[in-house]
Amino acid sequence: MITLLYFARLREALGVSSEQIDQPADVRHVAGLTAWLRQRGGAWERELAEGRAFRVAVNQDMADGTTVIGDGDEIAIFPPVTGG
Amino acid sequence: MAVRVQQEDFDLGAELLALRQGNPKIGAIASFVGLVRDVNEGDAVAGMSLEHYPGMTEKALERIVEQAKTRWAIFDALVIHRVGDLKPTDQIVLVAVTGAHRGEAFAACEYIMDYLKTQAPFWKREQTPEGARWVDARESDEQAAGRWHKP
Repeated sequence: MITLLYFARLREALGVSSEQIDQPADVRHVAGLTAWLRQRGGAWERELAEGRAFRVAVNQDMADGTTVIGDGDEIAIFPPVTGG
Repeated sequence: MAVRVQQEDFDLGAELLALRQGNPKIGAIASFVGLVRDVNEGDAVAGMSLEHYPGMTEKALERIVEQAKTRWAIFDALVIHRVGDLKPTDQIVLVAVTGAHRGEAFAACEYIMDYLKTQAPFWKREQTPEGARWVDARESDEQAAGRWHKP
């Protein structure tokens, strides 16, 4: 199982704050996961499209498309941050 | 080093006193306080709420402070960031750095603030006359953090 978390504007656009999924067999990296999520269509396809500004963290560290993911990971997807 | 994420306000004087107490080697404290403004992108802002990613927020801030300590000869740093509902004139964030001299303290304080703006998972949602909206990240914040990259 992997845990997916969504924050801020993306949480609202996708209509979910967290979910647990079985790691899809052919998904090994962050880019593969976001491609897999896009296949859900609708807001997923729109919000996670190539070129859209979103960030991914794996186990609470900022990640990029090449970051490896594995069973038990906590993966968060969120808009560029706006604190301070 | 201390990093705190909290709903409550903070007392700048009390925080700075606690940070420097008992260390006669400190010759400088640089501090920055961020405030909620009543205007953004030309629209009136009646208030805002700050969301964050519990756990990662603290981890990201601690890492930024660690990097600042590696880069400059500073003694200590304190970061307090508020979350929840805030209104114009409220304090949002405090970064304070102690050092022997002002140069390191000023630079480290600015560095921590610049990276906080681009790396720490906080999101602002502001209330305007047209309704609530998520604040968009600014390219100028990315550039501000980018200037610290070593050539």
